[in-house]
Amino acid sequence: MLFRLCAVLVLVGHSAFASAADGEWSGYVATEWRVFIDSPTDNEQHGDNVSLSAQAEYYREWNGGKQSFRFTPFIRIDGRDSQRSHADVRELNWTTVHDDWELTVGIGKVFWGVTESQHLVDIINQTDLVESPDGEEKLGQAMFKLSFVKDWGDLDLFVLPGFRERTFPSRGGRLRSVASVAVNDAEYASSQARDHIDAAIRWSNSFGDWDVGVSHFSGTSRDPRFRPAIDKGRTVLIPVYETIDQTALDLQATKDDWLWKLEVISRSGQGDRYIAATGGFEYTLYGINESAIDLGLIAEYLYDERNESAGTPFEDDLFLGARFALNDEASSELLAGMIIDLDNSSRVMSVEASRRLGDNWKINLEARFFSNIDSSDSLISFENDDFMQLELAWYF
Amino acid sequence: MKLSKLFAVGVFMISTSVLATPEQKGLEIAIEADKRETGFGDTTANMTMLLKNRHGEESTRYIRLRTLEVAGDGDKSMSIFDRPRDVKGTAFLSFTHKTGSDDQWLYLPALKRVKRISSRNKSGSFMGSEFAYEDIASQEVEKYTYKYIKDDACGDNSCFVIERDPVDELSGYTRQLVWIDKKEYRPQKVDFYDRKNTLLKTLVYKGYQQYLGQFWRADEMYMQNHQTGKTTLLSWANYKFRTGLTQRDFNKNSLKRAR
Repeated sequence: MLFRLCAVLVLVGHSAFASAADGEWSGYVATEWRVFIDSPTDNEQHGDNVSLSAQAEYYREWNGGKQSFRFTPFIRIDGRDSQRSHADVRELNWTTVHDDWELTVGIGKVFWGVTESQHLVDIINQTDLVESPDGEEKLGQAMFKLSFVKDWGDLDLFVLPGFRERTFPSRGGRLRSVASVAVNDAEYASSQARDHIDAAIRWSNSFGDWDVGVSHFSGTSRDPRFRPAIDKGRTVLIPVYETIDQTALDLQATKDDWLWKLEVISRSGQGDRYIAATGGFEYTLYGINESAIDLGLIAEYLYDERNESAGTPFEDDLFLGARFALNDEASSELLAGMIIDLDNSSRVMSVEASRRLGDNWKINLEARFFSNIDSSDSLISFENDDFMQLELAWYF
Repeated sequence: MKLSKLFAVGVFMISTSVLATPEQKGLEIAIEADKRETGFGDTTANMTMLLKNRHGEESTRYIRLRTLEVAGDGDKSMSIFDRPRDVKGTAFLSFTHKTGSDDQWLYLPALKRVKRISSRNKSGSFMGSEFAYEDIASQEVEKYTYKYIKDDACGDNSCFVIERDPVDELSGYTRQLVWIDKKEYRPQKVDFYDRKNTLLKTLVYKGYQQYLGQFWRADEMYMQNHQTGKTTLLSWANYKFRTGLTQRDFNKNSLKRAR
């Protein structure tokens, strides 16, 4: 079915290209330098690295914007990590818009949620983990998405064929688990394996200062659990994708300078049903010291009912962050943050900064430090992977 | 008929100038200017922002704007950024309200994320320009208190000069002096005074064009910051009125697919 779908889209796309009068290409090409502070835990893992990436987007609309076609290919060529070198179709879809409903068919990307430190509720797209350890980069997901826009809110219905497996660094790569992940040996709880068709529904609405979303997902878990195995005398981790049901709530109250945020999920299918949550605030000081600079202070609590047995390192953690926006011509920004494990004091610190150079260039700086990591914490694998990264991107 | 209308206007002018306090006269001018703006329905337009610093370095932003008039409340608007290229596809949705804080959402295309943002940042810079959010937001009569100051020449026209003081204490200004031409009630010039009551910026409107035989829009809006030496020139093109936009074109769903 997926192939047939893609074929139809390529046809739609072909006719869109053929009459490309209104169509347009945009995108970027980027070079990334990543410098690791320490030598790797495993001497098979690489040191400093250079990586190239590019993303293009073709977009065309017709019928006065009532119909549109979008194609977004992505590619990365990595100097050292063979699994980080990869290509993906982020988007390849056709959308039709009507008075109170919309339909999107094809490969797409959808974001749900409100919090900053992690995205529990966001589940439609698989994480492209090799791209960034923060998990914010996503793989394209095939979907039929039907949206109703009504007075009582927005209702999105999803049918999601073609499961995507999470990407993981190769054995030679950095920022990986101590035992590397055997990505080619993934196991599934469902006999349909990756052919299982997932489904999801989300209702969202705004009530004055409040933005609310309630969602349910039924299908293959995007985050696998791992089963240790021996492969050619080495310990590896086999990703096991179970079938889950996840009901979720995301909530934001925008009260003047304060944004109050909450995400809660209840999931069954991976052992006992459990609850996980992220909640907190972002408080912004506008124009500090009579300047144009805004300073946002963020605090979030990260909770997972499973405690230490949770697959996530963030089960009883506190995130503290500061966001500077210079509001200058170069759109200079800086976000510094720290996640502290309240049980064992393990800390992850990160800095992300960016500014535009001229009209078409952008420089991004990123650094992550793992410090005081407890040997029982799942972040122990990253103990020696402190890194600083500079990315220079050219936009067209 | 024409004569009687002229007479009525004459009586109105006399009554306002003789009997009204400067506050009443200022308010009447603002109400008349607002009345002449009422009924435009919706507009779409392309905006170019040319930012220049005191060293003459330039940068440009391309933005498309869609505005919907909402009866009894402030306008709804959507701004879609085309350039700089790194922010292409970013879109900003705003519901202005006559009273109380506005509702604002920002769409970040790289993450496909819609963020509800605080509208407290009225005095903050819009896209690094010399225009603050409050300068580009829809101007509702209720957002200021008014005072007629004097009559003054303005180019080929004759203008009312009124002072308007922002009601919202979060405004970056103590007061604004507005030159409004007597013929068509269009703003021609605005002097902005900062919180310390010193002259901060001057905005000049140029190249007014009339649409649908009623609504005036300036082709250019030139903002000069007297304290930093920076300037921003807004150039408008491709103005269209009553294009058939509805409330449905101004929600989070349409924000996500705004192009």
